Amino acid sequence: MHEPKIIAFFCNWCTYTAADLAGVSRMSYAPNVRIIRVMCSGRVDPELVIKAFDLGADGVLIGGCHPGDCHYQNGNHKTLRRYILLKRLLSQMGIEPERLRLEWISASEGEKVRRVCNEFTEQIRGLGPLRREVKNGG
Amino acid sequence: MADKPWVAFYWCASCGGCEEAVVDIAEKILDVVEAVNIGFWPVALDFKREDVESRPDGFFVASFVNGAVRTSEQEEMVKLLRKKSRLIFAFGSCSHLGGIPGLANLYSREEIFDYVYRKSPSTENPGETLPAENSRENGNELHLPEFYDRVYSLDQVIPVDYYIPGCAPPPDIVMNALEALLEGKLPDKGAVLSPNKALCSTCPLNETKPEKLLIRELKRPHEFQADPEKCFLTQGLLCMGPATRTGCGERCIRAGMPCRGCFGPLDNALDQGLSMLSALASILDFTPQEKEELERVLGACPDPAGTLYRFSLPSSILKGKRRL
Ligand code: SF4
Ligand code: SF4
Ligand code: FES
Repeated sequence: MHEPKIIAFFCNWCTYTAADLAGVSRMSYAPNVRIIRVMCSGRVDPELVIKAFDLGADGVLIGGCHPGDCHYQNGNHKTLRRYILLKRLLSQMGIEPERLRLEWISASEGEKVRRVCNEFTEQIRGLGPLRREVKNGG
Repeated sequence: MADKPWVAFYWCASCGGCEEAVVDIAEKILDVVEAVNIGFWPVALDFKREDVESRPDGFFVASFVNGAVRTSEQEEMVKLLRKKSRLIFAFGSCSHLGGIPGLANLYSREEIFDYVYRKSPSTENPGETLPAENSRENGNELHLPEFYDRVYSLDQVIPVDYYIPGCAPPPDIVMNALEALLEGKLPDKGAVLSPNKALCSTCPLNETKPEKLLIRELKRPHEFQADPEKCFLTQGLLCMGPATRTGCGERCIRAGMPCRGCFGPLDNALDQGLSMLSALASILDFTPQEKEELERVLGACPDPAGTLYRFSLPSSILKGKRRL
């Protein structure tokens, strides 16, 4: 069976802390998710998301603080707008928009990290592997 | 004549505008002709492939290649020119970034043939004839170059030394490149021969752009009469100025139209479309509670890929649509 590769960008102040909490609480969840810590979800430049897909990720998960809780006030507002724009672009580029997911997860929501990672992994498994780069000439 | 350097001009998948751009340097073309020997320029004069093949390697000081690469013939020709030239200049947006023909990377070869030779309303093709690499007609063997499944920028096919940006490159950019070549003043290899600054930084309308630009609406140029004296982005028109390098003389802006991005990205940007997407996300003034409202406003941009990558799809990170 195809094991999906998922790249997760989690913000330092909320979602990454929650993932830590999930860890120390010994919750187990899908090992398909590779977490990258960023200072704020607003740091997740669209280039990082697209680069992740290009390098072989089957899904990209972005986790940030709930609206109103961002450590940098409104970094996550920008994240949401980018996310909406990116999804529109992805569908035109032959990448199912569901392969990109944004979740607000606060520092205390270790359980939500577990649930979202499991859910998302199953969803991506259902979609199958991402189509690789367009065919070469010749 | 003997010690004048030899140059070549060639075109691939392009519209012909870049050939015009060479002629557009007007009377200065005479100075150029004075200074170089043109050893290959099939669009303008009767040259054949043998005129390149018969030359020793590195014979041409420089070849100027416009157009993207889509067929096996184009690939062969640019590989031949690469061998015979000391320097290769990618001339114009299509060669530099893939250009408008590069938007075809949103479709497969089969989809394109199907539409162009079968379904388009103006096509009459009862025999459903499609271009074939090999066919017979009245006892003769006919051969056509292979039409590749995607469009390439020149540097995806051969190493490129310099880039002359623009659709088409304006005369001063072309002249500066030629002068730099002839006077031995070219910058480091790999350079795009226009300033590495955003178009906004030289735009005459920049001073009308508020310090912190926020917009609540997106509009399309045909929907209203834009104020030609006011930053277009401020008016809700998707102007590519923030994500496009300068050097064109702000041609479109001065003609009352927003920039469409033909000069391509700045040096540090991996992907012009995504730089613009990021810039847009910063200025669209919507809170998370106004998500639906934002979705509605984005309806005014029905073709994000075609808008953000109008000239740069093949050279973007994804290079085109993913398909099986
Ligand atoms: S957004 Fe367009 S119109 Fe506004 S300053 Fe930049 S280039 Fe000029
Ligand atoms: S304004 Fe933009 S689209 Fe127009 S020539 Fe300049 S770079 Fe190209
Ligand atoms: S710090 Fe968590 S989203 Fe900005």
